[in-house]
Amino acid sequence: MEAIRVFGRKAPTKEVAKSRLKLVLVQDRLNCSNTMMENLRRDILEVISRYMEFDVDDMDIQVTNARVSADGEGTPVLIANIPVRGMRKVQ
Amino acid sequence: MGEVIVMTSGKGGVGKTTSSANIGTGLAIRGKRVALVDADIGLRNLDVVMGLENRIVYDLIDVIEGSCRLRQALIKDKRYPNLFLLPAAQTKDKSAVTPGQMQKLCEQLREEFDYIIIDCPAGIEQGFRNAIAGADRAVVVTTPEISAVRDADRIIGLLEAAEMNNLTLILNRIRPDMVKRGDMMALEDVTEILAISVAGVVPDDENIVVSTNRGEPCVADPSSSRAGQAFANIVDRILGKEVPFMDLNAGEGFMRKLRGLFVKR
Repeated sequence: MEAIRVFGRKAPTKEVAKSRLKLVLVQDRLNCSNTMMENLRRDILEVISRYMEFDVDDMDIQVTNARVSADGEGTPVLIANIPVRGMRKVQ
Repeated sequence: MGEVIVMTSGKGGVGKTTSSANIGTGLAIRGKRVALVDADIGLRNLDVVMGLENRIVYDLIDVIEGSCRLRQALIKDKRYPNLFLLPAAQTKDKSAVTPGQMQKLCEQLREEFDYIIIDCPAGIEQGFRNAIAGADRAVVVTTPEISAVRDADRIIGLLEAAEMNNLTLILNRIRPDMVKRGDMMALEDVTEILAISVAGVVPDDENIVVSTNRGEPCVADPSSSRAGQAFANIVDRILGKEVPFMDLNAGEGFMRKLRGLFVKR
């Protein structure tokens, strides 16, 4: 974390702590159910595999707090990173 | 019928045991019959903080297993006629007790005491489950650090999931000088995140170490320490009195300084 120095004085760290805390809590509060995440992951895979071919080991599905709105609140974002090997033939 | 209050935090070392000792002692000083219960089996400490470590004969496990009667295990604090301690076992671990057994124990204690203060172990496993099983309300203790507030948030979530609705917060070890220069979260910052009503704020105070060294909770002499005064206020709030929050920015008062010159703490 980079501290902004004004006249040799470090920026107060309280706000840094607060924003980090808020972001980590977004994740904590959502992560309460691991079973739900597992089910979500399985269902997403099932749907996508009807249309595309991919390697299960390369994929990454997670809920993060990447998006921070103007008022500083972290909004949870579902990110699925699934490298596609190829399309399935349309039946 | 007495009320069962569990003191909990998630994170260790934030002041659960100190808060339990001070709140229990404060309630007893105000004439309430109080039982302090150390639920931290295997890592008991409420006994030393209370200065009662040399008087333990039986413990919580003995009561639960039926090796002794409840009255035999309760240590009477000779300084305060209304105060009793039920120590934790040091040789067993948390799995030696079940939530059902703790609930039954609380029911028994309710018959004889106005307040039962349970000192919960750190963590969210069985020790926590046991400690909250028989409680009517919870006091969540935290400090203004990211790790402690994060754990407090988790604990609040778990308490709500367990349908515990009466939750209050103690923000412990505040350093007004650091808050002032913006390097420590203030009470408002923490309540903005945790959204929970506040039982009190306790300033970081050397006197806590001194009083723990002696085994005498500092709430007994609120005029000689800021932390002792803060705990006395919390006790009054638990009893339903409206007490304004301490002005943490007020420095040591002149009278206090003067007193400090003459009275050896």
